[in-house]
Amino acid sequence: MRTTLRTARTAAVMAAAGALLAGCAGAGAVAANGGDVRLVIAIVSNPQMQDAISLESRFREENPGIEVDFVSLPENEARAKITTSVATGGGEFDAVMISNYETRQWAEYGWLEHLQPYIDASEGYDDEDFIPSIREDLSHQGDMYSVPFYGESSFLTYREDLFEEAGVEMPENPTWEEVAALAEELDGVEPGVSGICMRGLAGWGEMLSPFNSMLNTFGGRWYDEDWNAELDSPEFRRTAEFYVDLVREHGQPGAANSGFGDCLNRYAQGRAAMFYDSTSMVSTIEDEEAGTVAGRNGYAPAPVAESDYGGWLYTWSLGIPATSEHKEEAWRFLEWMTDKDYIRLVADEYGWQRVPPGNRLSTFEEPEYQEAAGAYADAMLDGIERADPADPGLRPVPYQGVGFLAIPEFQDLGTRVSQQLSAAVAGQISVEEALAQSQEYAQTVGDTYKEDDR
Amino acid sequence: MSAATAPVRRTAGPGGGPAGRRSARAAERAEGWRRRAPLLPALVFTLAVTQLPFLATVVYSLRSWNLLRPDSQDWVGPANYIAVFTDSQFLGAALNTIAVTASCVVVSMLLGIGLALLLDRKFVGRGVVRTLIITPFLILPVATALLWKHIMLEPVFGLVNFVLSPFGAGDVDWASQYPVLSVVVALVWQWTPFMMLLVLAGLQSQGGDVLEAGQVDGASKWQMFLWITLPHLRRYIELGVLLGSIYVVNTFDTIYMLTQGGPGTASSNLPFYIYQRTFLGFDIGQSAAMGVVVVAGTIVVATLALRLIFRTFMNAQEAK
Amino acid sequence: MTAHAPERPAAGGASPTAPAPGRAPRRRRTGAGGTALTVLTWAIGLAFVSPALWLLLTAFKEENQAATDPPTLLFQPTLDRFSAVLGADFLPYLGNSLTATLVSTLLVLLLGLPAAYALSVDPVKRTQDVLFFFISTKMLPVVAVVVPIYVAAAELSLLDNVWTLVVLYTAMNLPIAVWMLRSFFLEVPVAIVEAARVEGAGLLRILWSVMLPIMAPGIAATALICMIFSWNEFFFAVNLTASQAATAPVFLTGFITSEGLFVAQLSAAAVMASLPIVVVGWIAQRQLVRGLSMGAVK
Repeated sequence: MRTTLRTARTAAVMAAAGALLAGCAGAGAVAANGGDVRLVIAIVSNPQMQDAISLESRFREENPGIEVDFVSLPENEARAKITTSVATGGGEFDAVMISNYETRQWAEYGWLEHLQPYIDASEGYDDEDFIPSIREDLSHQGDMYSVPFYGESSFLTYREDLFEEAGVEMPENPTWEEVAALAEELDGVEPGVSGICMRGLAGWGEMLSPFNSMLNTFGGRWYDEDWNAELDSPEFRRTAEFYVDLVREHGQPGAANSGFGDCLNRYAQGRAAMFYDSTSMVSTIEDEEAGTVAGRNGYAPAPVAESDYGGWLYTWSLGIPATSEHKEEAWRFLEWMTDKDYIRLVADEYGWQRVPPGNRLSTFEEPEYQEAAGAYADAMLDGIERADPADPGLRPVPYQGVGFLAIPEFQDLGTRVSQQLSAAVAGQISVEEALAQSQEYAQTVGDTYKEDDR
Repeated sequence: MSAATAPVRRTAGPGGGPAGRRSARAAERAEGWRRRAPLLPALVFTLAVTQLPFLATVVYSLRSWNLLRPDSQDWVGPANYIAVFTDSQFLGAALNTIAVTASCVVVSMLLGIGLALLLDRKFVGRGVVRTLIITPFLILPVATALLWKHIMLEPVFGLVNFVLSPFGAGDVDWASQYPVLSVVVALVWQWTPFMMLLVLAGLQSQGGDVLEAGQVDGASKWQMFLWITLPHLRRYIELGVLLGSIYVVNTFDTIYMLTQGGPGTASSNLPFYIYQRTFLGFDIGQSAAMGVVVVAGTIVVATLALRLIFRTFMNAQEAK
Repeated sequence: MTAHAPERPAAGGASPTAPAPGRAPRRRRTGAGGTALTVLTWAIGLAFVSPALWLLLTAFKEENQAATDPPTLLFQPTLDRFSAVLGADFLPYLGNSLTATLVSTLLVLLLGLPAAYALSVDPVKRTQDVLFFFISTKMLPVVAVVVPIYVAAAELSLLDNVWTLVVLYTAMNLPIAVWMLRSFFLEVPVAIVEAARVEGAGLLRILWSVMLPIMAPGIAATALICMIFSWNEFFFAVNLTASQAATAPVFLTGFITSEGLFVAQLSAAAVMASLPIVVVGWIAQRQLVRGLSMGAVK
């Protein structure tokens, strides 16, 4: 009996406490104070975005009456959530972080708000200031449908001090062969340091970005002009073997689970001698707070093989779903986060190293930026400007895109192929097997294009 | 079977004849509805919330809807099912599901029995030890998966590699090289306390008199365990296996956080694979077909298993 | 289908109305054997739970002490990680989890108790089939039905709403609750109910004053299990909520950044997100064991 009473009492106390807290939460979660507009923004949790979240109070100062809630997730999860919401018209978000992959397709389907009128009505926004290749890639029929937060190509960074220690030099325009040789030299130059760090994590936006850039410069392609899959072609095979071998032999431990974030951390903590990845890495590796290698890095353009361009083109951008009920306010936030003043704001608060890179030409022309970013600014701008999504490799292709294929099926196809390649990196299957299975996947997709004659 | 609670089945009606029989049947029906009334809210609620979406899933499985191609909604009949059965990755995921579930349930049950036996006696700090042991079951599964991924099984800084280093293990990358093992370890850690609690309950529900009788009869401890305790525990073990299987088959959080089904699809189980088809491939038709196939398969397996266990359950209860 | 035979302690022959004596300790060990076993039990217990203890320890570290080789055992503890978690706006997530968990558990009991009653004490004709139906709903992989639910929620503007989660969690836990509650109903000794009936008590009074008090530990056990599963639920929470209704597990995932080291931070967040249910479980564990072993406790 006593136990029953005690149980009942405990239960009652817990219920009361819970109700109290729930009440508080409920009151808080319901509409923002009074007549404020509440924006829900879905973003990817990359470092530059974290900075924006920290600075959000500035936005609120300039725009009283607008509150902003962020939903921040790692890349794969963010994509899944955002795409589902926009494609089914879920309407949870007033602004979403997408990329040059989604923008065109979604603009065509009418899922994104047409932003050009907003841009034209905003004084001083200057959308012509965006780097042309990026502006082009985010436009549908000449008008912008999402605005770039930062843009990236890829290049190779290396530890000048470790290179000196090993007595080697980085050529001005390295080839992949040379890089592989360097990786071998530098592997283990100091305990716990791997020769190179490259992504091995499955995901079309993870491992396939560097892989595709390598593929393009090796002269390979996914499909010929008649949509025949070429994943079993000699060039594709050579690329796959080269990539897998390089990462397995001189890459980081746990490569098959390393995405952009993991490699970034690793290199920033000094555990790799070279790092081939996105140009946006500079915001972290040159930041003294975030790592131990600031100021010790050299930069070389993306390694090449058969062609003379080996980078990719990618941009994280912000768009407004057509279902949003607060488009005007959402635009004000987009404007704040992507205009010239924001760049200056970040520079003042966190330093020029942390500004969203590869976005506006005016940034590159700022003398302070040139000083702070002297080591890499040219390589970065060059990589972005020279990217040509319409003609990515050596041979003609029926698709667009440098680090990806801008077709709707690519999210799925790319993921499946990257899973195969990642398994090869982990040593679970051979490159042969990975390519055989991938070729099947690709051909299935290719067939649907052949039928529709698109 | 006391008459007080047993409902009266046959109304001793006023005489026979059609009028009598009709009123008897009416009374029976009213009786039936009276019995059903308390059950209805729960039943209707469950039907609405689980079966309606399932019906929708069946409908989706017969169409070719891809979220990213809005104009792709056509009726394609069994095409999705054919694709599912010829998908080698689906088969791999199914095998993984069975392997993970079986090994997790068996290992955690064995460990649980062991721990319960150790705890089934009075000793200093017994409550504290028991409290500590049930903790893994209470921690967020997401937190557990992250704990194992970043702290325990991490190649360079992980505790597991540190503890094993005197035995010669190097920087083993558990999540990449032994993905299924890593997942099973995390799951076993999480579910052992649950099994232990059930077995402990079973041990403590043993009447002291039975064991005393056994001791008086001169049975050894081992004999008592084998012939008295274990049969008594059987019911609890079966419950643990049943509940554990139901939950572990549907594991999602652990795989999502620990290995993302990788490398490749090596550690992907059915729920995770379906998740990928849905939220990465956005091929709703195919993932719906997979869902239906999984449900059908599980029901078949469960029907066989449950009828067996049910029988044991019923017998055990009637016998007491 | 009539009421089932009551549970009795095996072969004891003790009268059903007399309360069974507390179980005497089975072995009275003194000396080295008992102590050794105690030490062994302690050792095994601590070893088993050591990952959780390490997690707790890591939450008090600085980032650069959290991931070291060899692991750092001695250090100056700090509460900075915890304040950072609070600063990341943790409380609303906690509130959402509390609402979803408590309300859904309450609903489960409200719906489940009558249902369990109708399947045990005063059973309907097709009890076995109904029970099987309930359990079969748990075999449905939630991934398979998430799209229809998502679409339906979108249509009804119920996305990112805590009440959607409440409904789903209730449906999720109801089958288990019905099963558990049913077995507790079955273990109420018929003789006691009979005695009350003989005294002229109506059905409701029998339920309220006679059956429920006896079943109290069992109900507590059921409620605890439901709360654990609701609090820990991740899949629906991450897919159906955005910013307003997100729960504690979702909070944890948003905490994984790709910038710099994060293990200590993550540990602190994990500890705080799990703490409520861990504490409740610790307090109520005796109820849980008792509830599950109702056969002996009358």
